[in-house]
Amino acid sequence: MITKTQELVYEMKVDQVMTRDVVTVRPETPMSRLREVFREKRISGAPVVEDERLVGIISVEDFIEWLHAREENSVVGSKMTTDVDFLFGDEPLVHAVSRFADSGFGRFAVVDRTSGKLVGVITKGDIVAGLLKKLEIDYHEEEVHRDRASRILDDILAVGTTLCFQYEVEGRNFDRGGESSSRIKRALKGLGLDPDMVRRVAIAAYEAEMNLIVFTDGGSIAVRVERGRITVEVTDSGPGIADIEKALQPGFSTAPQWVRDLGFGAGMGLYNIRNCSDDLIIESAPGEGTQLTITFLMGDESEAG
Amino acid sequence: MKLAEIVEELDLKVRTGDGALEREVTGGYASDLMSDVIAHAATGHVWVTLQIHQNVVAVASLKELAGIVLVNGREPEEATVERAESENIPIMVSPLTAFDVIGRLYGLGVTGSTD
Repeated sequence: MITKTQELVYEMKVDQVMTRDVVTVRPETPMSRLREVFREKRISGAPVVEDERLVGIISVEDFIEWLHAREENSVVGSKMTTDVDFLFGDEPLVHAVSRFADSGFGRFAVVDRTSGKLVGVITKGDIVAGLLKKLEIDYHEEEVHRDRASRILDDILAVGTTLCFQYEVEGRNFDRGGESSSRIKRALKGLGLDPDMVRRVAIAAYEAEMNLIVFTDGGSIAVRVERGRITVEVTDSGPGIADIEKALQPGFSTAPQWVRDLGFGAGMGLYNIRNCSDDLIIESAPGEGTQLTITFLMGDESEAG
Repeated sequence: MKLAEIVEELDLKVRTGDGALEREVTGGYASDLMSDVIAHAATGHVWVTLQIHQNVVAVASLKELAGIVLVNGREPEEATVERAESENIPIMVSPLTAFDVIGRLYGLGVTGSTD
């Protein structure tokens, strides 16, 4: 396994971390000027450039040599190192790292491969700073991404993925009424979906859940979230619906009295589901159970409210 | 109007969710049928009912109601209290009938209109 930093050393190029604002001198610059240049810019060496091309490099060492030799009127061109080691801007950082290690140099001039012009200077410090900066940016992007985890659908929907979750509802158990629909609501909210959409799905899920509890020995609610729509499938093997048209009419109910006393069986369940959804398909026959397929469309496509 | 003001004016006893009484009440709805409440109550409504089982909490939470007022001196079941506390739904009780509670709410300006 390689670390993130090792990966970056291969990925990043010299010209991404190099210093572009380079102090250069010309071959005809007098050696006596170097003291000023080096001291002012706080540098210990400078590329020598002629017509934007790198012709040599002059360092503090060269300057000291010159002082020691007491030659008065020399120019940079006569004292510089002409056999210059340089890097191309498009080389990976890992090349720069090994060149620093092999040569023991403190800096390399960076040259554009096609034009041959000097484009910058790179030091070990530049590499470290560049890597840190990149790591920081990557880390920040990861943070932002984590913030957006709640909006995971934005990403997933982009590639047409479907998200499914399924709940089992226990029949006849009023104590757990609304449990599954609460969980569905929380899950959809957590996905960062439109609050109105979440409310509509939650209402339908609640009514369907209560139907399973009141009329059946249990069943399942499956929620499928995909691009532009949510589908809720409610399946049971209960008594089935004899007259679907009638069951859809508000106020029509086959619920027993004790259920009505609890405030259920108002005959509004399927009616409410149809009202808050964009499409409701009921497949049922007496003795064969019931399957509801409830569709909700997101945004402009929706006609329900 | 805030729930706390209604509690004060109608002398309601708060049984759950006393941390949520600063909620703004946008109107009211009265019904003992769950699906009817789901169909017609609106977000922020105070709900007047005589149902005391825990499904009232599920419905109030689902519809994001401001709170529930139980009438005729009826007390919430134990499971209802637990669930209301966990969902942070205020349940208040009154010895008055639904008719009187609703009448007083209306007098305070809490109406059934959903704008």
